[in-house]
Amino acid sequence: MEKIKLFAKNLLCFIETLFILYAGNIYSQKIIKPYEMENWYVPESEIDKIVFKTLKGKNLKFANPCSDEVFIRRIYLDTIGILPEPEKVINFINDKNPDKRKILIDELLEKKEFAEYWSMKWSDILRIKAEFPINLWPNGVQAYHSWILNSLMENKPYDKFVRELLTSSGSNFRNPPVNFYRAIQGRNPYSIASAICLTFMGVRFEKLPKEIQEGMSRIFSKVSYKKSLEWKEEIVYFNNELQEPVEGILPDGTKVKIPPDKDPREVFADWLIKPENPYFSKNIVNRIWSWIFGRGIIHQPDDITPENPPAIPELLTYLEKELVKSNYNLKHIYRIIFNSRTYQQSFIPESNNPELEKYFAYYSPKRLSAEVLLDIICKISGTGVEYISPIPEPYTFIPPEQRNVLLGDGSITGPFLELFGRPPRDTGYETERKNQIDEKQMRYLLNSSELHKKIQSSQYIRNLIKETKNDKKKIIENIYLTLLSRYPTQPEEEILSAYFNKSGISLNQAIEDIIWALINSKEFLYNH
Amino acid sequence: MREIYSVVTKTFLVLSLLFSEVTFPASEIKPKAKSVIQIWLWGGPSHLDTFDPKPNADYDYTGPFKSIPTNVPGIEINEYLVNLAKIADKYSIIRSMTHGINGHETAAYLMQTGHSAEENLVYPSIGAVVSLFKGYDYGYKNILPPYIVLTTSQGRFSECGFLGERYKPFVTGGDPNKTPFAVEGIVLEGVTEERKQARKELLYSIDLLGKFIPWIKEFKSFDLCREKAYEILSGEIAKVFDLTLEPDEIRNMYGRNTFGQSCLVARRLIEKGVIYVTVNYRGWDTHSNHFQQMKQKLPELDMGLSSLIKDLSDRGLLDSTIIWVSGEFGRTPKIQWEPPWNGGRNHYGKCFSVLVAGGGFKGGCVVGASDEKGENVIDRPVYPKDLLGSIYYLLGINPETKFPKEFGKDVTILPPIETGEKKGLLKEIMYE
Repeated sequence: MEKIKLFAKNLLCFIETLFILYAGNIYSQKIIKPYEMENWYVPESEIDKIVFKTLKGKNLKFANPCSDEVFIRRIYLDTIGILPEPEKVINFINDKNPDKRKILIDELLEKKEFAEYWSMKWSDILRIKAEFPINLWPNGVQAYHSWILNSLMENKPYDKFVRELLTSSGSNFRNPPVNFYRAIQGRNPYSIASAICLTFMGVRFEKLPKEIQEGMSRIFSKVSYKKSLEWKEEIVYFNNELQEPVEGILPDGTKVKIPPDKDPREVFADWLIKPENPYFSKNIVNRIWSWIFGRGIIHQPDDITPENPPAIPELLTYLEKELVKSNYNLKHIYRIIFNSRTYQQSFIPESNNPELEKYFAYYSPKRLSAEVLLDIICKISGTGVEYISPIPEPYTFIPPEQRNVLLGDGSITGPFLELFGRPPRDTGYETERKNQIDEKQMRYLLNSSELHKKIQSSQYIRNLIKETKNDKKKIIENIYLTLLSRYPTQPEEEILSAYFNKSGISLNQAIEDIIWALINSKEFLYNH
Repeated sequence: MREIYSVVTKTFLVLSLLFSEVTFPASEIKPKAKSVIQIWLWGGPSHLDTFDPKPNADYDYTGPFKSIPTNVPGIEINEYLVNLAKIADKYSIIRSMTHGINGHETAAYLMQTGHSAEENLVYPSIGAVVSLFKGYDYGYKNILPPYIVLTTSQGRFSECGFLGERYKPFVTGGDPNKTPFAVEGIVLEGVTEERKQARKELLYSIDLLGKFIPWIKEFKSFDLCREKAYEILSGEIAKVFDLTLEPDEIRNMYGRNTFGQSCLVARRLIEKGVIYVTVNYRGWDTHSNHFQQMKQKLPELDMGLSSLIKDLSDRGLLDSTIIWVSGEFGRTPKIQWEPPWNGGRNHYGKCFSVLVAGGGFKGGCVVGASDEKGENVIDRPVYPKDLLGSIYYLLGINPETKFPKEFGKDVTILPPIETGEKKGLLKEIMYE
């Protein structure tokens, strides 16, 4: 009996929220509430013109505009890696200002949490980790991570950021960017050249012609390391002992002869960060695009080869120009992408045609990253994380209120983070991070004692019961606003109200189960 | 897709076996062992105070510990290993293990991959390699994962190395010495079956995106994945971790502590056909108050390990199961009496001991020797690649095989192994 009722309600829910789907055929451009809206109220941007032209040429259709509810959750996650508070969601939905999305984007980009969240990405690709195989050691990690965080906070121009990383000399504790040369397994000219090529050009070194590999390696043959009297301190310096010129080859094939007294790294950096350099701007704008859309205009973003052309070349060129024009202001790139309709499309594609993903004709849902997911769960439960690290140092006591995205050291970890695909930071490849759901993660979500205890001990539930004075409608509303950034639909509310009345389940247990179910839902687990 | 993939890798393995170097002609490698239990003594146990006692050395080397004879004439071990002393005919001791590395993480990496940390690659650990060549791609059909770690991972390096996620071990979490043994994601504490069912129905009634918008591929695979997870959870898997199904006398024999009960779980997993089980046994990094700590640890090790060997042997599983017991290194033979160590031992990679048993390894033997103070190898040095190579060999995996092409690395499982008298693979303690 119970089951039949449930099924009936299921059906009801589907009819109310999604009936339009079945009324027409599933490929029609109907609006699916509460995820989509009918008309665009944001202006068309340059990006949209380019994408739209491409789609039209291929006879593909743009998805519908995403609703305000979907937008606010998405933009919070993509800028600062945090879910919006319920009040924020309510205010935003009710705000009548047609510029409200633009205003919100500006506001979020200026938050310190933006720098915090994106420092995680940079720490991944720069391989920040105290232990094997990178061996930065805890002090080096701390110095390097703070430097990156501060660079993002002050929105340091990207060319300056890279130049500092490539040309610095000195102590790993006192001049943090020198750690770039230390965060490489196998500190030899070949490995250094390979890391630079991957990180700042998006090119796999081993795919370049042998001659260029050798010529580029020679440019880094004068990078040396020496110990100091301080424990684990290391000095990175330009070693000119041999007084010999360096005959190197730049990745574009240009031969350079560098006199003995000139640090060859300077020559390389000068070449790299020139506006006309074919790799430099392309690499970073394509990466940012792929970080936001889960797919690069050139895909994979760190495997750029002539055989792997951009899906929309004009789009890439446009973004490159914008970067140079804005004086290498990365926030500008984020801003123009977030303000585009392309970004603000619904996550529901027109059909299952794979071309739609390739040409960005919808916002492809992304599973929340390990750190963000754990941050949300910890925030709701009011609990921290027990971290582990291979040796007594680095110390793994981290204040429970510190976000996981701020975990500077890749060697400090925990079972949850490992399970949900936090990258080991060994190679700097983008694919090191695993955001695919798998069966082990699923078992954890469905059946973990840890997760159950975290929900059970939730401060949030206690406050919720107190504040709503046991009002079940308000409880359901608040849970939905907190986890999904939207109000429940009528049928959802009915299903959940019925759950409260189930025999043998207390109020607390019912709330725990609802939160558990939502945490297990796709709408929650994906940024959509 | 999986089918094609598996055919490709199989073909590759067969080809590489056929065309590999002369050292290991394919016909010679007939697997003797089916599974492996790795007891990892995390931190590095003192070889002098376990399997290579030096009763004739000064007090500054022996400390307060004595040695006792075993049931194999001529072999003596530490006095606290009373149960192991009764079954020395079932295992062999390598007393000439050496690599010279004294850093935890680099030594742990070397001991479990066979490769030096200096190389420009992160290699997979032996467990991941075995689960590659013996796992799902080669016909493993068990519902239990092929590679399981009790109870926490080493966290030292990503165990799967460049093989990637798919070859990572399943890490149980929880504590088998508690009831229930709350294996993460398998055994849920504090929720009744009825409530589990209720909330499952709740979940299915509100999580509708995949059902009604089935053409979003992420959501489709998500739903399939959830079906599979529920299928597994409703099956036999939880039972294998339920130690209340074991008689009390068996549980007591193994020792009522986390290590002892982990050994018991390891046996249950092997019985169910799991290929590689690692028991991570922490607490051997005894820099200070070494002897006090060892007095507590040794009896635990003794009970758990001896019971595991005996129990597997009684059940006829020892012949097909390799047990290897090692830390990342040994500890300095000379005791540091001064503060702050107050009788401690430091890291020592130059010379230490490893125990092996079962799966084609003979018992009752000693391989190699250290000098009278346990400081240097004086006979038959055994390098990590020799030890790991021997384990691969007994499993029928040619250690000179290259990794399948799809991993994109043109490298062999282990660096080249020497051949000849008293070199390379541990042929002297393998059954013909």
